Amino acid sequence: MSMTLSSSLASVDQAERAIEEYAERVGFDEDTRGNIAMAVREAVVNAVLHGNAYDTNKQVTVSFETTTDDLLVRVADQGAGLDPESIPDPLAPENILRGSGRGIFLIKAFMDEVNFRKTHPGTEVTLIKHRTPA
Amino acid sequence: MSMKVSTRQVDGITILDLSGRITLGEGSVTIRDAVRDVLAKGSKKILLNLGDINYIDSSGIGELVSAFTTVKNAGGELKLLNLTKKVHDLLQITKLYTVFDVKDDEASAISSFTK
Repeated sequence: MSMTLSSSLASVDQAERAIEEYAERVGFDEDTRGNIAMAVREAVVNAVLHGNAYDTNKQVTVSFETTTDDLLVRVADQGAGLDPESIPDPLAPENILRGSGRGIFLIKAFMDEVNFRKTHPGTEVTLIKHRTPA
Repeated sequence: MSMKVSTRQVDGITILDLSGRITLGEGSVTIRDAVRDVLAKGSKKILLNLGDINYIDSSGIGELVSAFTTVKNAGGELKLLNLTKKVHDLLQITKLYTVFDVKDDEASAISSFTK
């Protein structure tokens, strides 16, 4: 399943609803579905806000697929490209009271694997959740 | 469902009863405006009742942190009341649970503010 979305907050809600329905269809329990949906929400927020910077000429692509073992979600933007290593650790004492910067941390907390790829232009993040406990 | 706020006063403490979702956009802005409004009216002891908050994202968490620091920098106190499991878990994961003063009983929360 693949969706091409505008760079707007409405797209974030749309992607969140879609992944929740998809995750239910492929058999994830309610708690896990909530966690997956939150991770996808955060990834789409990053794509809309930080990647495409709300540019109406740029789009966000979200795709879902399952293999025997995994759910794979790909979120791609057309922005300047993200270096995930450059993002400060939100748990570090000097960052703990910051008002932002926790999105990627939460994505990693809720998914089993998270991979970033520069796509020139843009960034594609792949979120992986194992379908059965490791 | 977007976020709603209602305000009440108990023993000099301003309680903000929040319901709905605190997410990027409307929910975050609503919380920011509500806390600023309380401070502007001269009240510096704020209890955020999150009992009916059914969803919060990283932006919402950031907004809670910003509210906490804004009130603290103004010489006041901001505490959290009635966390749902989801919000509790998120504050644990982000190591913010010990940053906030979290209460699960309104009466004891009220009496815990500095007199």
